[in-house]
Amino acid sequence: MKRTTRNALCNLLLLAAGAALLLWVDRTFDRYVVQVLNLIAINTILALSLNLIYGFTGMFSLGHAGFMAVGAYVSSLLILPQAQKQTIYILKPLIWPLSVLQAPFFVAVLLGGLAAALFAILISVPVLRLGGDYLGIATLGFAEIIRVVANNIVPITNGALGLKGIPSYANLWWTYGWCALAVIFIARLVQSNTGNVLKAIRDDEVAAKAMGIDVFKYKVISFTVGGFFAGIGGALLASLLTTIDPKMFTFMLTFNVLMIVVAGGLGSITGSVLSGAVITVLLEWLRFVENPVTIGGFTIPGVPGMRMVVFSLALLCIILFRREGIMGMREWSWDMLFRGRTRGGEAR
Amino acid sequence: MSLAMFVQHFFNALTLGSLYSLIAIGYTMVYGILRLINFAHGDIFMLGAYFVFFGTIAFKLPWLPAVLLAVAASSFAGILVDRIAYRPLRDAPRISALISSIGVSFFIQNLAIVLFTGIPRPVQQPKILTGIMQFGAVRILPLTLVVPTISFVLVLGLLWIVNKTKPGLAMRAISKDIETTRLMGVSVDKIIALTFGLGSALAAASGIMWALRYPQVHPLMGSFPGFKAFIAAVLGGIGSIQGAMVGGLLLGFIEIMIVAFLPALSGYKDAFAFVLLIIILLVKPTGLMGEKLEEKV
Amino acid sequence: MSNGVVLETKNLTMRFGGLTAVQKFSACVEEGHIVGLIGPNGAGKTTCFNMITGFYVPTEGQVLFQGADITGLPPHKVCARGIARTFQNIRLFKNETVLQNVMIAGHVRQTSPWWGKAMGLPSAIREEQNLREYSLSLLDAVGLSQLAMEQADSLPYGAQRRLEIARALATNPRFLLLDEPAAGMNPQESEALMAFIRNIRDRFSLTILLIEHDMKVVMGVCEHIWVLDYGVCIAEGEPTAIRSNPKVIEAYLGEEAPVHA
Repeated sequence: MKRTTRNALCNLLLLAAGAALLLWVDRTFDRYVVQVLNLIAINTILALSLNLIYGFTGMFSLGHAGFMAVGAYVSSLLILPQAQKQTIYILKPLIWPLSVLQAPFFVAVLLGGLAAALFAILISVPVLRLGGDYLGIATLGFAEIIRVVANNIVPITNGALGLKGIPSYANLWWTYGWCALAVIFIARLVQSNTGNVLKAIRDDEVAAKAMGIDVFKYKVISFTVGGFFAGIGGALLASLLTTIDPKMFTFMLTFNVLMIVVAGGLGSITGSVLSGAVITVLLEWLRFVENPVTIGGFTIPGVPGMRMVVFSLALLCIILFRREGIMGMREWSWDMLFRGRTRGGEAR
Repeated sequence: MSLAMFVQHFFNALTLGSLYSLIAIGYTMVYGILRLINFAHGDIFMLGAYFVFFGTIAFKLPWLPAVLLAVAASSFAGILVDRIAYRPLRDAPRISALISSIGVSFFIQNLAIVLFTGIPRPVQQPKILTGIMQFGAVRILPLTLVVPTISFVLVLGLLWIVNKTKPGLAMRAISKDIETTRLMGVSVDKIIALTFGLGSALAAASGIMWALRYPQVHPLMGSFPGFKAFIAAVLGGIGSIQGAMVGGLLLGFIEIMIVAFLPALSGYKDAFAFVLLIIILLVKPTGLMGEKLEEKV
Repeated sequence: MSNGVVLETKNLTMRFGGLTAVQKFSACVEEGHIVGLIGPNGAGKTTCFNMITGFYVPTEGQVLFQGADITGLPPHKVCARGIARTFQNIRLFKNETVLQNVMIAGHVRQTSPWWGKAMGLPSAIREEQNLREYSLSLLDAVGLSQLAMEQADSLPYGAQRRLEIARALATNPRFLLLDEPAAGMNPQESEALMAFIRNIRDRFSLTILLIEHDMKVVMGVCEHIWVLDYGVCIAEGEPTAIRSNPKVIEAYLGEEAPVHA
């Protein structure tokens, strides 16, 4: 029992240290750095949620942008001030209950996540019977349908104009608070026997069925929890950027999340956390490539599109040369630190 | 709706459908032998259109050589994609190659934005295709007759290759059992390259005609036609060339006719294909003409 | 050893298109017995297993387990009723540890909700701790406790077979189906396997039905045998009777003769 006490203590210390760090960063650094740090937290949430669905349960889902859109719209509609709602809905006014509904930020984000989870349950009935690449293309289809619908139901989503002036409540405390929640819940889930069951489904569905596992039920659970956190990520992102429109939630967004998961390692929480930070910083850093740079009097013009060229090349390199990503399926744990174990998960 | 209007819609649908069919065939051939959804296929379609655009505008080539060169270059691009991004992953889990193809797709799209800029560019149609043909009350663009005809001829040519030639036989053999075919002494990698080449050539042909039909080129022009053509391939039964053709035509007709009869739904046009995909996967996952794949216990 | 029928199949028939894989297979298995299902390759033995365990829905016929009709139940419900199985081509959860493999199977007996442990529910944590200890004791029983933390696919072949059986036992079955447990084993190993099968039958008070090609194992361990040929049951009875049955010898002619055991 000493080991568990020690680990719990270490976790608490880590959380406290993280909070102190946030306090320091919040006071010291400029808005840009804080913005990037916020993005890291959100991307980590998104990556973890996709990793749960794909990395741990083996369901190749390409519908993350759809979950994010649901979370973003629901939560934004709940925090937009009434006056702002009247100003931005030019083509058609916002329909009644939504035009007056308001919720505190936490509740709004939570409801965004729950709406995405509900959406996940709804689509899981038809799509989760499919396997492999067909599941990918069907979830991608649902995400695209969401986008087209968001473009068209003007009295709710304001159509192509999108929502502007969303209050920017998302600060480091909120984003990292939710991120910590996602890390802790998903990590504990995959380490429990429920997590073992999900991995069993990933490894061999037939054997899982023979061992008494209701495969469909657990797929729905994994898909829904993943959808929930994707919705949370979308809700936080909307408040961070203060503007959303349907064009934002294209396949490209899903691709970015997929990249983080693959780079970190399918089936590794540690990998997703590490790669969430690395890839977000890389993506931000690559923005400079697209802006004009002046070195010693010479101006090198920025190259639009270059960022995604480098980014997609990086994904190709990972898939071709290091398919297991940063971590493979390994996890970091306190035991590793104290005892130097290499294989985590179910360490004694 | 007047009869004349209907006839016009019919020809528009036939044109769109043929263009989808040509792309869908590439998807279905690659899926048939590698079980891979080649996401980059739509971008080869875009490259074909751009190659002709540059051939005729920048190098002032006459149309015929420009088209032939563009088709050849796209074909080569398709083979190159397979060689670099898919062949090393033949023994990897199937989804790895799929992720690789998504990566290639974004790479080509964004490389095109870097090289050609993201601004859509108008395409100059050749003289013989401009103007409108009038039959009584029916007004038809010459392209809506030319595109289906050319597509039909191309599909016939492809069917001849697949069904009557030796490499075609090898292709069909690989789609049944790749390992056994390899043991029979067939150079599997060459045949797969040939498949990519043929599929890409058809996609390029489709892209060129697409660029003429909606006269412009754009780096992301392949993305949606690509998705939709894949859905057409699933609709027809993935792995079957005739199925891809039928699926493409059907999708063309569905898209044009729903908007024609229910204009209120025109905003949802891009979602039809996806809704159709989900219905098909639920009702008959093997598509209209596909073979059944059994799960072994 | 108490008697009474545990599993009964009535006219079990499976047709795939025009092919009849199994035709009117009827059998009664008495509680506590170890019984065998033999026959040449492609005779329909595994198809029988798949029908009993719910992977195939029989075209005709019924499966009765402890008196209840379980025909057409999905596999996980069949397993929950108390029927466990192994596979001909070992199907372990290969990325997981040996212990995890067993715990996964024990999941079917867990009652706390899926989120219980993740949310820190004390009862769920306790239940999982118990399952963990029980799984370790099972591994001890099959002699794999030393390897509990190893990745399943790193185990030697024989140990993988035993792990598959331990995993099946973790579902707490009344009835165990073993699909070619001795495949790929040398004579010493299959000798040990026979003792092992009897041992788990007594220890976990099981009834066992096994498919096996190794006649020495079948004749040595089974109390009753059914012989399938082209989907039809051509003989049943005690090992000695089966051994001298001319129909059985004919069915096996050209393959290994069952006589030399």
